[in-house]
Amino acid sequence: MQRFPCPFCGLRDEREFHYAGELGKTRPATFTKVSDKEWRDYLYAYRNEKGAAEEVWVHLTCREMFVMCRDTVTMEVIETRALRKEVSS
Amino acid sequence: MTARRLASGGLIDRTKVLRFRFDGRDYTGHPGDTLASALLASGVRIMGRSFKYHRPRGVWGAWFDDPGAIFNVALNGIELPNCPATTTPLIDGMEARAVNAWPSAERDIKGALDLFHRVLPAGFYYKTFMWPDWHLFEPSIRKMAGLGSVDGQTLEGFQTDQIHAHCDLLVVGGGLAGLAAARAAAEAGQHVVMVEDHPETGGSAYQLAQIEGQSPERWVADTVDAINVAGGEVITNATAYGVYDHQLVAIAQDRGFGFAPRLIRMRATKCLLASGALDRPLTFANNDRPGVMSLSGAVEFLSRYGVLVGDQVVVMASHCLAHSQIESLEAAGVRLRVIDPGTDLPRALSGKYLSALEIRGDLHPCDTILTSAGLTPVLHLWSHAGGKLIWDETFATFLPGTGPDWIEVIGAAAGTFDADDALAEARAKACGGPAPSRRYSYSATPPEAHLGSRHRQWIDLQHDVTLDDIELAARENYVSVEHLKRYTTLGMASDQGKTSNIAGLSAMAALQGKSIPEVGTTTFRPPFVPIPLELYHGAHRTQQNRPLKRLPLEPQHRAANAALGEYGGWLRPGWYGGGDPQVEVQREALQARETAGIFDASPLGKIEVMGPDAEAFVNFVYYNAFNTLKPGHIRYGFMLTEQGVVYDDGVITRIDENRFIISCSSSHVDGVYAHLEAWRQDGNDPDRIFVHDTTQNWATLALTGPKARAILSKVDLGIDLSNNAFPHMQMRTGTFERYPVRVARVSFTGDTSFEISVRADAAVTLWDALSCHANPIGTEAISILRAEKGYLIIGKDTDGESMPHDLGFGASRTKKSAAFVGDRGLHTEKANGPNRKRLVGFEVSDGAAPLPTGAHVVTHSDGKQITRGFVSSSYQSPNLNRPIALGLVDQRIPEGTQVELFHLGKYLTATLCAACVFDPEGERLHAE
Ligand SMILES: [Zn+2]
Repeated sequence: MQRFPCPFCGLRDEREFHYAGELGKTRPATFTKVSDKEWRDYLYAYRNEKGAAEEVWVHLTCREMFVMCRDTVTMEVIETRALRKEVSS
Repeated sequence: MTARRLASGGLIDRTKVLRFRFDGRDYTGHPGDTLASALLASGVRIMGRSFKYHRPRGVWGAWFDDPGAIFNVALNGIELPNCPATTTPLIDGMEARAVNAWPSAERDIKGALDLFHRVLPAGFYYKTFMWPDWHLFEPSIRKMAGLGSVDGQTLEGFQTDQIHAHCDLLVVGGGLAGLAAARAAAEAGQHVVMVEDHPETGGSAYQLAQIEGQSPERWVADTVDAINVAGGEVITNATAYGVYDHQLVAIAQDRGFGFAPRLIRMRATKCLLASGALDRPLTFANNDRPGVMSLSGAVEFLSRYGVLVGDQVVVMASHCLAHSQIESLEAAGVRLRVIDPGTDLPRALSGKYLSALEIRGDLHPCDTILTSAGLTPVLHLWSHAGGKLIWDETFATFLPGTGPDWIEVIGAAAGTFDADDALAEARAKACGGPAPSRRYSYSATPPEAHLGSRHRQWIDLQHDVTLDDIELAARENYVSVEHLKRYTTLGMASDQGKTSNIAGLSAMAALQGKSIPEVGTTTFRPPFVPIPLELYHGAHRTQQNRPLKRLPLEPQHRAANAALGEYGGWLRPGWYGGGDPQVEVQREALQARETAGIFDASPLGKIEVMGPDAEAFVNFVYYNAFNTLKPGHIRYGFMLTEQGVVYDDGVITRIDENRFIISCSSSHVDGVYAHLEAWRQDGNDPDRIFVHDTTQNWATLALTGPKARAILSKVDLGIDLSNNAFPHMQMRTGTFERYPVRVARVSFTGDTSFEISVRADAAVTLWDALSCHANPIGTEAISILRAEKGYLIIGKDTDGESMPHDLGFGASRTKKSAAFVGDRGLHTEKANGPNRKRLVGFEVSDGAAPLPTGAHVVTHSDGKQITRGFVSSSYQSPNLNRPIALGLVDQRIPEGTQVELFHLGKYLTATLCAACVFDPEGERLHAE
């Protein structure tokens, strides 16, 4: 069982977390014309990186979503940080 | 009788006698014995039959490395399968039965299978039973080939407790190295935990005459005392069986026969692996015969249990440390001859029992053959942790290579086989120092595999894999070691190849003319020893895994004779009255249309969305337009996935400019809440929206039926209930007793309905005020009433492809003037396809029974039957006095068409109609 540091609550077991997707997925502006390919890429095309990957996770107990950078080979957690900071910056 | 118990020696208590039975016969042993040692001491040689050929099997090793003796063991009415005889402590009264043997291990009827071994090569089952279907043969093959049977009963109290623990240093293995390391680290102030899988610590220490000038017993006892005094913890009967991510070591602690083991999830800052080494078996002709044993195993039986495994013994050992083990056996009184096979193939000769070893034409009479082709460090956990294995030519085995920083290997597991070297290394590494150089050198020269022999040589004793099988696999081009393993099932039995792994690899290497490191090794995976699945779930089952949500009014429902059942995670009344369910449900559905019914709707979602961006947010996460909804008004809406598929439906109330209440489906509250939070935090400004789930803070009673308004008027809420003042799809607030109350005019039945919500602690007062005027109705009646109206239940009347335009809600798809979740998904090629399924109703002919739910609408073309849709809901309607049904059917089949339905081999007919079959004009909804 892995352990992840929630930026708000600290180190917790993985069973308290849920993966929410890769970081950097921007929703296309759907009120304008969005091509099939653009929409497919948004929904299904993942980078699926080997090694350091930036992902969005949610800590189910505090319900906060956050960014986690982790190594998908070694399972090492490199960094976690709040998601909301990115929105306001 | 070949083996015997010595008058002294070992860790057993000879003053007490334990009685037990094996395959129907009585035997005795002593406290400290295992089933295997007690049977050996009683002269029993054959303790099982092999998996495939039913060849007789004895014990090969003395501990977890033994592949041969597996028992079903019963004690005090509890019977457990898959108990290894060598690791199951003997308890008075045990009744053991060899598995895979009938009527007993010694006289097995299926032993005749062995005569057919030429037609049972590797892959035999795969090759032979492919046609027409493996599953036709599987049951009888499984029965013939199993390793034990389970009686299927749940054992009372057989529950694992799971403990989360942590320490500075975890020492795995309580032998010489482990004990010395644990003591040194504990005395240096570290928080140390040491686990040892035997009931007592010491490992192979008891094989030695002296340790640092003391007897092994004395040295072990002193060391354990010192660890305890220094604050360390010694856990015996505990096997570290797996290493997982982020330094988690899983430990199964045996709590005695019939009790589930305890799971300790240990997070260790550092781990020292002192798991020892095993004998590598020597591969020779008929090496599976009972009486062929591991040299270390024999010495272990002697030093722990005081059992001499044989009287006349031949030893073949090819490493330099064997001599001290040979000496200790000789000192105990064994007639022993050491033979060096050189490059020749030895052969065991036996009738019922082993009689001689033949080599180079010479016969060496013996009752026991002990072998060791070298020592194999136990590196399973090292491998679990991500440590590499490197082949050492001198040692002729794999040694730990590079690995993660937090775990290190010491003692025999690291190839430090000499006791003094191991002690020095353990003490140095316990305190973070480098390992001192070894004073003793070790080398092994295992003989090469003898290929092409007409004699059978066993590689995997438990799964009956011979050298022949490996040669066959190589001929059939299974050259990868991973393929070889799966094709021959080498190392895939319950011992997981602890002994067969290296023997198999060396055979592969000889066959391919490669070295063992070139052949490679298979991956070790947890668990290291078989463990019950119970260990994983522990208390996390049934109610403790997923507790039911309970209604505040549960006592009132029970008092009204409610049949309570699980609906979407809630314990809810299905119907009331205690009579025949069919009768009660029909009565309730009829009564709700004739007068009124009270329905406990408390589980309906009440998620509040607040803030300056609330309106834009609700408009974005819902398919329907909500920016036009006025305060005090209610609107029905769909929540979609980004693919455009309907995820949930609900009614949304706008309380004021910046505040909405989302009343989603009862069973979807958690999912909708998570969905809202995801969009709030990832894609919107979370400081301008707040989402708060108040579902369980409010109790809701729905009053529905033509008399609903009249009944509610009898309760003073301070709200004008008249149709003009309070129209359908609006919400009013008032006061009930001293509690704030919300009343919503929404309807899931098609009749005038009021949903009255109060604080959960006022639910009983509200119930008392209403239930004296109307009878309660349950979830089953509500299901009928809504189906009469064609109102759908998401997930029941929709599937993973349903979009709003399939359900009669196509307007927003083309008309909504803002982006919303799922919008683009509604305009893909698939969303516009001609073959979409739409919601319809079904009518059956007079007197026909209700359609079975799940029945398929079928058509035929080119002689093939094609599914065009299915029945999703089906009921007997008491109000129409005929069956009704809803379903999803290909939109190209128009209403009015008579369709054929197929269900479990039978054909039925029905006519498609509109989904709504009761009061289609909706007059009752707005009735005065
Ligand atoms: Zn948190």
